Amino acid sequence: MIPKPFEYHSPQSLGDAVAMLQQYGDEAKLLAGGHSLLPMMKLRFAMPSHLIDLNRIPDLAGVSESGNEIRIGAMTTENQLIWSDLLQRKLPLLVEAARLIADPQVRYRGTIGGDIAHGDPGNDHPALMLTLDASFVLAGANGERVVPASEFFLGTYYTAMNPDEIMTQIRIPVPPQGTGWCYAKLKRKTGDFAAAAAAVLLQMKGDTCTGVAIGLTNLGPTALRASDAEAALTGKPLTADAIEAAAQKVMAICEPAADLRGDETYKTAMAGEMFRKAIRTAMERCTR
Amino acid sequence: MSQTVKVSFKLNDRPVDVLVEPRELLIHTLREKLAHTGPHIGCETSHCGACTVDMNGASLKSCTILTVQCEGADILTIEGIAKNGELHALQEGFMQEHGLQCGFCTPGMITRAYRLLQEIPDPTEEEIRYWMAGNLCRCTGYQNIVKSIQYAARKLRGEPVETSHPLMGEKAAQSEMAG
Repeated sequence: MIPKPFEYHSPQSLGDAVAMLQQYGDEAKLLAGGHSLLPMMKLRFAMPSHLIDLNRIPDLAGVSESGNEIRIGAMTTENQLIWSDLLQRKLPLLVEAARLIADPQVRYRGTIGGDIAHGDPGNDHPALMLTLDASFVLAGANGERVVPASEFFLGTYYTAMNPDEIMTQIRIPVPPQGTGWCYAKLKRKTGDFAAAAAAVLLQMKGDTCTGVAIGLTNLGPTALRASDAEAALTGKPLTADAIEAAAQKVMAICEPAADLRGDETYKTAMAGEMFRKAIRTAMERCTR
Repeated sequence: MSQTVKVSFKLNDRPVDVLVEPRELLIHTLREKLAHTGPHIGCETSHCGACTVDMNGASLKSCTILTVQCEGADILTIEGIAKNGELHALQEGFMQEHGLQCGFCTPGMITRAYRLLQEIPDPTEEEIRYWMAGNLCRCTGYQNIVKSIQYAARKLRGEPVETSHPLMGEKAAQSEMAG
């Protein structure tokens, strides 16, 4: 379980890190929390010749508020998300989900930016980012650009990031006051990826759904946004029948890969179940 | 391509320098170069927690960090938990409450619980189980590990603890006489 030899770099500034990426190109990998990349290197699924460690670059971690937007440094750890007062107040969905990621030791190291940029549909943040209408700040040789989550996840381990770019920040609009939330995740054990998971953000007026966002984890080649189910619910009273019809639309877009966690039929059924659980919990948490 | 690099950090309050290849994992440096064999290699895939150490105030699976990443770090292992020949309350708790059978997971358990009790000095049983979930034990069924941590939490908060362990009973009796 020893990685293939590589050269280690520990840039002290973002500019230096971008320059190194340009210099080493495809032979380089960025190291954030290291809890996806190092296991892959140990198994020799990944064999970079140059490892560029982002942990010594200042100002890449932290949570702040700017206008109606929450800004999270890409190197902010899951543990920092969990204990952030600001997130507990403004984005409880993210805190609830972070508590379900991996285990305590891994959450001290694992970062939100690494989780997103890895492009693994089994990671939890991609579906959350789709649900929250997040956007990502990518820094490259020609400066910064901002890419919405909806245009970022292109395939398994395949994102809109260029090889010479570094994710520096995640920007999330604060949901309206009274928004209900839930991340429902089915996993076999602590530390496992989801067999199926659903994120829901919900606004209601009386019994009527005035706005809803639904994201799905590990149910396709990328995280999914269940737009058809959202359209079916918006403007309608949230009756048991309406929820069931939406659950069918959620399941209709699932294309999970069969593995030890279950076959396609099981995982799709569990996607429906996680959605039902998430929307019912979100309803209870809505201020109407 | 892969030359050795000098890395300096603090290990249980003592400065150490090591020469490592960049690909060397911290657990291997600790065990093979620094003779600290308390942290164990269980799974080597960051699942089991037997290799847990404390670094810069956070619990860490030392099989999933490179030694070169530890430059300037402050690292604590099970070897540094007892102070001046006195067992730490957690070590005492694991003796008293039978928090181990084979003992393989114990260094990781205690090192992780050490950080947990710094962050949450008065954890509920549910909190202990949640925040200890990164450490696996195949012997105890966890119940006695929970009790051991509760014992240590009480002692660290200055509350009375009941000791019936023969070794600790003697010590307790001595300190009673002295007091």
